Amino acid sequence: MNTKFNHSHSGDRGIEERLWDYIDGTSSANETPGIEKLLESNIEWKTKYHELLEAHQLMQSVELESPSMRFSKNVMEEIAKLHIAPATKTYINKRIIWGIGIFFITLIIGFLVYGFGQIDWNVKGDSTITENLNKINLSKFFNNTWVNVFMMINVVLGLFLLDNYFSNKRKVLHKDA
Amino acid sequence: MSTGLNDTEIIGKVLSGDHQAYAVLVNRYQNYVFTLSLRFTKNREDAEEVSQDIFVKAYKALADFRGSSKFSTWLYTIVNNTCITFLRKKKLQTHSLDNESIFETADNLDSGLRANMVEQKSRLTMVSKAIAMLGPDDAEIITLFYKAEQTLEEIAQILGLEANTAKVRLHRARTRLKEKMERHFAEEVKDI
Repeated sequence: MNTKFNHSHSGDRGIEERLWDYIDGTSSANETPGIEKLLESNIEWKTKYHELLEAHQLMQSVELESPSMRFSKNVMEEIAKLHIAPATKTYINKRIIWGIGIFFITLIIGFLVYGFGQIDWNVKGDSTITENLNKINLSKFFNNTWVNVFMMINVVLGLFLLDNYFSNKRKVLHKDA
Repeated sequence: MSTGLNDTEIIGKVLSGDHQAYAVLVNRYQNYVFTLSLRFTKNREDAEEVSQDIFVKAYKALADFRGSSKFSTWLYTIVNNTCITFLRKKKLQTHSLDNESIFETADNLDSGLRANMVEQKSRLTMVSKAIAMLGPDDAEIITLFYKAEQTLEEIAQILGLEANTAKVRLHRARTRLKEKMERHFAEEVKDI
């Protein structure tokens, strides 16, 4: 088993865990000599080591299960009806991803600009945040013509992107067929 | 035939139109895939169906294999995902062997096997049975590590975990396997 893990807190770990690491070859270079020394001098470690080593060898020797004789033939018959799908990167249109990104960024920037535009920077902060929040009249924002126009543009842009996405998908399906 | 070729070369052949070359990959990995599927399904018929589905999925997605990992690692990721989906569909419980009811389920599953226990006393059979009695998560990680020649980093990739988490899971799985053997095959364990 070719693994590479280091352990800095070997002192905290149990014998079994440290021995498994040793058997798997994942003990750190610092820890290995200590374990080897313990295996030579400590009967408890030695007994446990042999027990785990035997379990390790048994697990390695367990045989794999085999499917029925016809398995491979069944798979090949199944795939004969199919086509390999084109690699994901070839059919994901980057323009759509960019479009969606731009759509959301525009949306966020639009709201931020509008929000900051509404703030009266000359007012002194003598009232609490809760009081200020209660003063906000949300209906005022959404009755504004410019906000409505902005939202409408975003909806149209969203529908356009969706249409673009589906037409691309349809083209891929036609190609596969 | 393409039997002497490595996985990447075979994939290249399949992608360039030689679909029959895929049979080499199927033959090469069918036992691994079937054994892993069996760890989840606990039933040969279902395991065969799931394994077939896995090879079909792998074939359809072959163009997406970029070669950044071993083909086997990529394939076992499909095995893991397909088997989890299968279990979800079957509404089987996949987790926590600490739960006593799972032990009971495992015991029930194994009741047929235990009838033959006297005749089949070989240690390997005992270990195989004990692995079969484990929960899918534990049985899978043990099979991936010991039989499918996957490193802990690769296992982590297959299971979508951190490497150290995979290591802890493997350790716990081995502990549970040991408990299973001591609990259900106490006599045989003594003989070892």
